[in-house]
Amino acid sequence: MNIDSINSGIVIDHIQAGNSMNIYGLLGLDKLQSSVAIIKNCKSRKMGRKDIIKIDGEFDVNLDVLGYVDPGATVSIIKDGVTAQKKKLSLPRRIVNVVRCNNPRCITTTETALDQVFVLADDPPRQNCGFVGDPGTRGLYRCVYCDAAKG
Amino acid sequence: MKHLIQISDLSEQEIDELISLADDILQDSARYREALRHKTLATLFFEPSTRTRLSFESAMLELGGNVLGFADPNSSSATKGESVADTIRTVECYADIIAMRHPKEGAPLAASMKSRVPIINAGDGGHHHPTQTLTDLFTIKREKGRLTNLVVGLCGDLKFGRTVHSLVHAMSRYDGITFVLISPEELTLPDYLTEGPLKRDNVRVAATNSLVSTLGELDVLYMTRVQRERFFNEADYVRLKDSYILNRAMLEHAKPDLAILHPLPRVNEIAADVDDDPRALYFRQMFYGKIIRKALLISLMRNYECLK
Ligand SMILES: [Zn+2]
Repeated sequence: MNIDSINSGIVIDHIQAGNSMNIYGLLGLDKLQSSVAIIKNCKSRKMGRKDIIKIDGEFDVNLDVLGYVDPGATVSIIKDGVTAQKKKLSLPRRIVNVVRCNNPRCITTTETALDQVFVLADDPPRQNCGFVGDPGTRGLYRCVYCDAAKG
Repeated sequence: MKHLIQISDLSEQEIDELISLADDILQDSARYREALRHKTLATLFFEPSTRTRLSFESAMLELGGNVLGFADPNSSSATKGESVADTIRTVECYADIIAMRHPKEGAPLAASMKSRVPIINAGDGGHHHPTQTLTDLFTIKREKGRLTNLVVGLCGDLKFGRTVHSLVHAMSRYDGITFVLISPEELTLPDYLTEGPLKRDNVRVAATNSLVSTLGELDVLYMTRVQRERFFNEADYVRLKDSYILNRAMLEHAKPDLAILHPLPRVNEIAADVDDDPRALYFRQMFYGKIIRKALLISLMRNYECLK
């Protein structure tokens, strides 16, 4: 795999430096058969340092969680060597097993077999609270079990 | 609605339907004596609450149904580390409907995700207690004749008092409600409520730290207990627990048709000399609690039969 250019696949760019391995795990890229390149700490004019993930080939991966973990990241779908589509990240309505609930009174603290489910609290997000289509912000999520908030 | 986990699971219409079913049960209880014959309610109380459990059990028995369950976690296998899901899978073999109380927040929701039969949240820690809210709504409706155009005073621990939080949620959906929040600085209503349901156009809110000065304005006074277990240190508890005590002398300032409610048990926030006043409705409130639970059991069982 030539990591400079891929013929078809996905490039996730502008990842916060150091966040790529986390994303690699959360997107389940370890389970893919495709070649995956993780480029860490490369120079970026905009960000100083950034990470990039390039995934080669055709595959099915749910990118929803990216909008929560790294809303500043950009996603390009590559076809025949050119960028066919730039995907806009949006806040997922629901995130499962991405963050843990910190409320000591929550049932998930004693029943660890339960999925950790959080839902976007402002749905639809209010226009004036700054995170609608505003890259770099995360929105407010609440644990479905106990309603504890997670920023 | 298949389960009842929190009061917002119910639409305004569903609440109205439950209230009119409860009205009907009150009027003609004989007609409902066999309504849930051959049905079994399991009361799973992972945390003791005699009052709530007895209310559910007597409701079920008066509908001709059966009751089984446990009243305290030490008598269940939960102490051996069994998960809520496993307990539910066991109990649903023996029961048609389950009322569950649990010290952990979200436990009844976790149960409902696995359960074939309807789950009723009978209180999960300091979180939700929807049948208490139904009780409060039904009491207000019976005693005031309406759920609209009321001045409702909420007094005491508004910060940790979950019954107050759900009541605010539920009542802010009706027109013409004014809430008067009466609490010490340390125990005011959380932001998510003042910023959320109380921000609606149809709701008016006033806040004060004096009970006696606002008493005359109120149609409903909802008193709450300042709970020891919600405090991190004893000194704060002792300082605040006596701040808002209602006594008979204060009632001179109140409207003659004020409705005084309390989720019970009380400690000392309502003096015993108030009990004989006709405006003291907190004991009748428990009776209404049984009736609205009867309506809920019937309605959940009907829905369940339809879905089956
Ligand atoms: Zn939680």
